Amino acid sequence: MWFLTGEPNQTTMQKAVDAFGSANPDNKIAVTYFQNDAYKTKIKTAIGAGQAPTIIYGWGGGGLKTYADAGQVEDLTSWFDSNPDLKNKFFPSSFGAATVDGKIYALPNQYVAPIVLFYNKELFDKAGVQPPKTWDDLMSLVKTFNDMGVAPLSLGGQSRWTSMMWLEYLLDRIGGPEVFQAIFDGKPNAWMDPAVIETGTKIQELVSADGFIKGFSSITADSKADQALLFTGKAAMMLQGSWTYGAMKKDGQNFVQNGKLGFANFPTVAGGKGDPKNGVGNPAQYMSISAKATDKEKDSAKKFFKDGIMTDTVIDAYINSGSVPIVTGIESKLDSSPDKDFLNFVYALGKDAPNFQQSWDQALSPTAAEALLNNIDQLFLKSITPQQFAENMNATLGK
Amino acid sequence: MSSATSHRAVPAPQKLRESVKQKSALPWLTLPALFFFVVFAVLPLIGVLALSFANWDGIGAIGVAGMENWTSVLSDPELYNSLGLTFMIMIVSWLVQTPISLLLGVFTAGTQRYRAALAVLYFLPLLLSSAAVAIAYKALLDPNFGLAMGLGLPFLAQDWLGVPQLALGLIIFVIAWQFVPFHTLIYQGGVRQIPKSLYEAAQIDGAGTIKQFFHITLPQLKYTIITSSTLMVVGSLTYFDLIFVLTGGGPGNSTRILALDMYLRGFRANLMGPASVIAVILVVIGLALALFLQRLGGKDQQGSQLEGM
Repeated sequence: MWFLTGEPNQTTMQKAVDAFGSANPDNKIAVTYFQNDAYKTKIKTAIGAGQAPTIIYGWGGGGLKTYADAGQVEDLTSWFDSNPDLKNKFFPSSFGAATVDGKIYALPNQYVAPIVLFYNKELFDKAGVQPPKTWDDLMSLVKTFNDMGVAPLSLGGQSRWTSMMWLEYLLDRIGGPEVFQAIFDGKPNAWMDPAVIETGTKIQELVSADGFIKGFSSITADSKADQALLFTGKAAMMLQGSWTYGAMKKDGQNFVQNGKLGFANFPTVAGGKGDPKNGVGNPAQYMSISAKATDKEKDSAKKFFKDGIMTDTVIDAYINSGSVPIVTGIESKLDSSPDKDFLNFVYALGKDAPNFQQSWDQALSPTAAEALLNNIDQLFLKSITPQQFAENMNATLGK
Repeated sequence: MSSATSHRAVPAPQKLRESVKQKSALPWLTLPALFFFVVFAVLPLIGVLALSFANWDGIGAIGVAGMENWTSVLSDPELYNSLGLTFMIMIVSWLVQTPISLLLGVFTAGTQRYRAALAVLYFLPLLLSSAAVAIAYKALLDPNFGLAMGLGLPFLAQDWLGVPQLALGLIIFVIAWQFVPFHTLIYQGGVRQIPKSLYEAAQIDGAGTIKQFFHITLPQLKYTIITSSTLMVVGSLTYFDLIFVLTGGGPGNSTRILALDMYLRGFRANLMGPASVIAVILVVIGLALALFLQRLGGKDQQGSQLEGM
């Protein structure tokens, strides 16, 4: 099995694998760790070359569909049917991105990771303002913080998927989840929806108003510089994945522990159709079984899926690191955690959202996703207009 | 005397046969090299050429695409943007690196102690891998947490990698920083091969240091300049690691050179066909440039070379 480097998850996974190995000496699992971006390329190449590990870790959606279409991953539908307890253990919403053409190809695991609007409470108190409820609030906060000499929004723009989060939420708030669903289904001219154009226009207005920190397009999320800007008080707000909570708790010199980190739902847009409770992000992480593995390897993997991967120890480890595991019936555990405010906030977002949109770059095919990230980058740089953005993306439909 | 006679005693035809035998053994000696060349250079090239006419996402089955990849890539404005950027970086890099490394090479070719000490310092960047260089520069240039803020020099705190023109300029600078030492080394070797007697003669004729440089050093270095230029120009087609880590082709597409474009299309967007088209274009451009530069050196035997000086 291959997994990602980076704490605290690497330790959690290693402990789970070790525990499983000592309980099942005949079904030991060996793990190799890779850095995130490198892994994404390596796993694709390995699968293409027929040298994939038995357990294929991923994010479901468009990438998983590529593997399933090529017959490289096992169909787990009947296995889940014969193990209903396991299936019912997870949030039902987490199976969406694991399903291709009605068949389940992956085991959801780890945690739900919605995108959250984080803010620096200290700066908000100093300015005497409240977190934004509407887009207009946000635009006026941009002015307030710029006048104070603080960057309104932190953004690791060079990573591109960070900028994408803004579009994901805005499009949902303006046009509702149906707009992206049509894009996902590859309906003709789905990207030409007026809501897409309005989203692009609003983004460029925000960029023009100096909403994002100066130099955002050379900041990367991998180096966590965007988080550092928030907790060092150089920026007032940041739209990022819930996984940054644990990282900021670890690196932020008691910023989180002292209750200075605020979090809120993405603001609404006047006249928009989307439910303000809708979320976007990663509904879960996924593990598939390589179709090329031997029967014995497949059995070991299934046993690990069933008994090894989401044990109570693992669930506790995720909760301790500030994440919400995708298992049902953990309310009491979340309530007894020191991070209970944040965990309950995320839990509600993951469980009660009328619609939880998977991140676009994971949901779409790799071809469309790469074009999307490239065009988003240009949209934020204002080197293309919202109209051109929509047209460029429209050309990728069905690819 | 006796050995001379015994030589003469050997019948001529046998000698001839021996030399023929030796000659016929020569091609066999090239076999290992030929084998590696075919396996690692020719076969992949043929594979890429074949793939450029195929549909492949890198995972599933390979299908026939005909001319589709070629027409789609050749009509894509992105290709011409990348081509332009590649040539821009190539030309500017050459203009920046050649004079610097030539002068440094001449300087370090001297025998004085302090020059040798400085030479060691100049060669340091040569020891670092491109990825390490890129990561170090990226950290130093961070507009919020970089060197400029650390030293309290706000004018240095530009958004170096976030503004298209700055990012391109910066990449040319970092490439020069990394590769000037290598070319300095080539020029140093070249200068040291120029016979001392030429300079002595010039001195007797009353030529000063500058005149000596333009009339002896530069003409004598003609072939060194061509070698170094070929390496620079053809090498610039493959700049990838440095740019990939520094900017990833961004902001927007402003540093997306051809080699990077090929990678992003092939391994990020899963479009192996179009990526192969770009690979073929890269190979053709590289070969054409190398041939052209060799021609520049040409058949003119007068300009340089030591024979018959």
